Amino acid sequence: MDKPWNNKAWWLVAPMLALVAFSAVIPLMTVVNYSVQDTFGNNQFFWAGLEWYEQVLSSERFREALLRNLLFSAIILAIEVPLGVFIALNMPKKGPGVSVCLVLMALPLLIPWNVVGTIWQVFGRNDIGLLGWSLKSLGVDYNYVSDPLDAWGTVIAMDVWHWTSLVVLLCYAGLVSIPDAYYQAAKIDGASRWAVFRHIQLPKMKRVLMIAVLLRFMDSFMIYTEPFVVTGGGPGNSTTFLSIDLVKMATGQFDLGPAAAMSLVYFLIILLLSWVFYTVMTNHDAQR
Amino acid sequence: MLELKGVGKTVEGSVHIAPASMTLVPGSLNVLLGPTLSGKTTLLRLMAGLDRPTTGEVWFEGANVTGVPVQKRGVAMVYQQFVNYPAMTVFENIASPLRVAGVAKDEIARRVEKAADLLKLTPYLSRTPLTLSGGQQQRTALARAIVKGSKLVLLDEPLANLDYKLREELRAELPKLFAATGAILVYATTEPTEALLLGGHTATLSEGRVTQFGPTLDVFKRPLDLITARTFADPPLNTIAATKTGGRFLVAGMSVPAPDLPDGDYILGIRPHHVSLDGDGPPIPATVTVTEITGSESYIHLEVAGSPWVMLTQGVQDLESRAKVTLRIDLKHLIIFSSSGEALAA
Amino acid sequence: MARIELDRVRHSYGSGYALKEISHAFEDGGAYALLGPSGCGKTTLLNIISGLVAPSEGRVLFDGADVTPLATRDRNIAQVFQFPVIYDTMTVAENLAFPLKNRGAPKAEIDRRVEEILRLIGLEHRARSKARGLTADDKQKISLGRGLVREDVNAILFDEPLTVIDPHLKWKLRSQLKALHREFRRTMVYVTHDQTEALTFADKVVVMFEGEIVQIGTPAELFETPRHTFVGYFIGSPGMNVIPARIDGATATVGGQAIKLDRAPTLTGGKTELGIRPEHLTLGLTGLPVSITRIEDIGRARIVHADLGGNPIAIRAPEDAEIPAEPKVAFTPGKLGVYVDSWRAL
Repeated sequence: MDKPWNNKAWWLVAPMLALVAFSAVIPLMTVVNYSVQDTFGNNQFFWAGLEWYEQVLSSERFREALLRNLLFSAIILAIEVPLGVFIALNMPKKGPGVSVCLVLMALPLLIPWNVVGTIWQVFGRNDIGLLGWSLKSLGVDYNYVSDPLDAWGTVIAMDVWHWTSLVVLLCYAGLVSIPDAYYQAAKIDGASRWAVFRHIQLPKMKRVLMIAVLLRFMDSFMIYTEPFVVTGGGPGNSTTFLSIDLVKMATGQFDLGPAAAMSLVYFLIILLLSWVFYTVMTNHDAQR
Repeated sequence: MLELKGVGKTVEGSVHIAPASMTLVPGSLNVLLGPTLSGKTTLLRLMAGLDRPTTGEVWFEGANVTGVPVQKRGVAMVYQQFVNYPAMTVFENIASPLRVAGVAKDEIARRVEKAADLLKLTPYLSRTPLTLSGGQQQRTALARAIVKGSKLVLLDEPLANLDYKLREELRAELPKLFAATGAILVYATTEPTEALLLGGHTATLSEGRVTQFGPTLDVFKRPLDLITARTFADPPLNTIAATKTGGRFLVAGMSVPAPDLPDGDYILGIRPHHVSLDGDGPPIPATVTVTEITGSESYIHLEVAGSPWVMLTQGVQDLESRAKVTLRIDLKHLIIFSSSGEALAA
Repeated sequence: MARIELDRVRHSYGSGYALKEISHAFEDGGAYALLGPSGCGKTTLLNIISGLVAPSEGRVLFDGADVTPLATRDRNIAQVFQFPVIYDTMTVAENLAFPLKNRGAPKAEIDRRVEEILRLIGLEHRARSKARGLTADDKQKISLGRGLVREDVNAILFDEPLTVIDPHLKWKLRSQLKALHREFRRTMVYVTHDQTEALTFADKVVVMFEGEIVQIGTPAELFETPRHTFVGYFIGSPGMNVIPARIDGATATVGGQAIKLDRAPTLTGGKTELGIRPEHLTLGLTGLPVSITRIEDIGRARIVHADLGGNPIAIRAPEDAEIPAEPKVAFTPGKLGVYVDSWRAL
């Protein structure tokens, strides 16, 4: 079907292009600019070439933070995706329960990041927090301030609590779009519960599930506010993710050059990993 | 008056509509008849201005409107799918074109109520479309087309998704509804019987070509060629090859009287209701493949000399599959085509 | 294979009965159609047989055994739905094998059956392709195939299975289904609102109206002697003429004109009507005077709409019949029905 050719439409796009230029392209170019220069803070810049990149990539600190990030993303994906699918499968499809469930599920998503952090920071304290205190009175030696493992547990629990709902809601949307006839046909064909999941529900959920995985991966890889509020990156550096490290470097130490180089590397890693995720999943889709 | 002057549409080298010329007069009912993908919808879109023809011109009321976008033409279109605004009441749905046109409030109420009355929608005005039956939903879409007061109303298989009894009722009402408005009505359908019931004029389409355009019964009774005869036949037209020598046709090993035509090869067309088991005519052996019963009539599908035939009988007649029967053909109603498919005598 | 019996089954979706009390037996190996307009309860009835819906009251028996409490899975029936249901992740062959696999059939048998069904639905060349890339027609053929693949089912149920099939392919599938039934003699129940599908497929047609069975009969019985005016209206196109009349003994009076009946019907009070099909009326110089209001020419016949003593009637006249200047209508002897409160009394 052909449409009349009309160049006027470009004027409608122009404001958006300008906005994107100001909010994304120009800051990005500034960062690129910083990343190849050195400064001592008095607005004098010296050409540094790729020195900062070499420094960032070879630093132990960067590699550790990157590994932490990858581990964190892997863990929360491994928990949130199956859990989200499981909850979505068990949510009611019709009746008054639907809206109750949907509101309950949406609640954590409505809370601002830093508030989530604060809630869990208090929740986990073993003097006044419900979780920390309960665990302590049960005899569990739990202290997220001093024990790296406890800190990880707390940050992961917090993320699962905060974001599983997103996976649930996306999967639920996929599930309710399946016509009743599919379930009826499966009953007639004598399909088991597993076969219904494997051959009807999973294929119909696949597209939304892909979006959920992608969103959760990118978000978790860029996580900053919540762990910063709860643990501040500690104890030691045990919960210092890339973004936290980046902020420390840029605004704590005012190492603008290395911080700029690092943020660009960080940006490229996210871009690359997201692309890999996307291609792998869509290819898989196309083969079927 | 809507005039198509050699209007054609070619997309990336493939012909969607071969150049066609037609003149549709105000207050007329025009049927576009053809099977799926024969170009009916493309032709409707060209008439509406949704697409721009690659050749030819569209004239409306004496002005060349080729390339004028659909929004500026004031046409109304009703589709096979029930297209309504799901969140609006039936009243608001019908009123929507009037609101866009900025008609005064009490005038809107008056016109919507009149249209609703015509289409028997008055009890449902405050309901939303999705709570109504298919027939009522399509009536809502039709009512919207009526209140719009367009001079060109295009209907693309509007009854195809309805139960056949509803279809029967709505089909009888449709021409009357629009007749009062003086609009040019164009109605696309795949069903020959529907074209006959609607009357008016019919254009037959086959593979993007308008093969004939004229008064509906004329086109049906006097098709210009075999393609038109096949398009305008339900059940399908039976055909058989014949050779004329010495004043008689030689058909399937039999000799039958022939009209005054030069000797040579011909194709004989016989309509299914001119085939029977008990008439006079020459006997033709056939095998029953399957029987379809519509209630008032039965379609007996047969095999005659290796090609599929259909016999139409009244009432319920169920012949066993694979039964051997002897057919009789009503020779008075033969349609004779030259071997290249032009109609010679009907 | 099984005889399916409904014993005083009723169903309600909350307010009022969608299905009024029904007791009926589907004989083992019979081909049945449930015919009626949308909302008449036919799909509910089908789902009660398959167990997808539990009836509010009454029992369902398979070969005399009460299966009412059994789940769908345990009733061992096959059902084909209105819209194609295919398993996206599987190939065509795997789709067909699925019902057998779920019941643990041996591999050799699965292969043999899948092969047979592939041939039957004409998709052998697609056996190894993913089912989701196919057209709606082919997908529905897979659904049909899955319904036919198990040899040991108690019944095969069809819920308007040809809705998505292209009109030009419909009659082929319809006749294939009929041939299949003749060959395998399984109990089949076919739900549809299309009279042609019902009459063509079934030996016995169950006509439903507003949650009730109004008549069960062969296609010929439904056409010749409708038990209820709804059956007369629904079967046949146009439907039966229903004319209000006063009955005195063996004489009916319509608009001041007397019509002689074969014998005096037993009257039980209520409104009395005459029912006669358009096919059983003859327009000519004898009979009751009528005034013609409209003539529809459908090519093979003419449908004459006329006024008989203030009542609209339709008459089917032959293709080349003369319409007299002072038309009169004659009733074919033995075809006139008398209806009291819509039910046939004579």
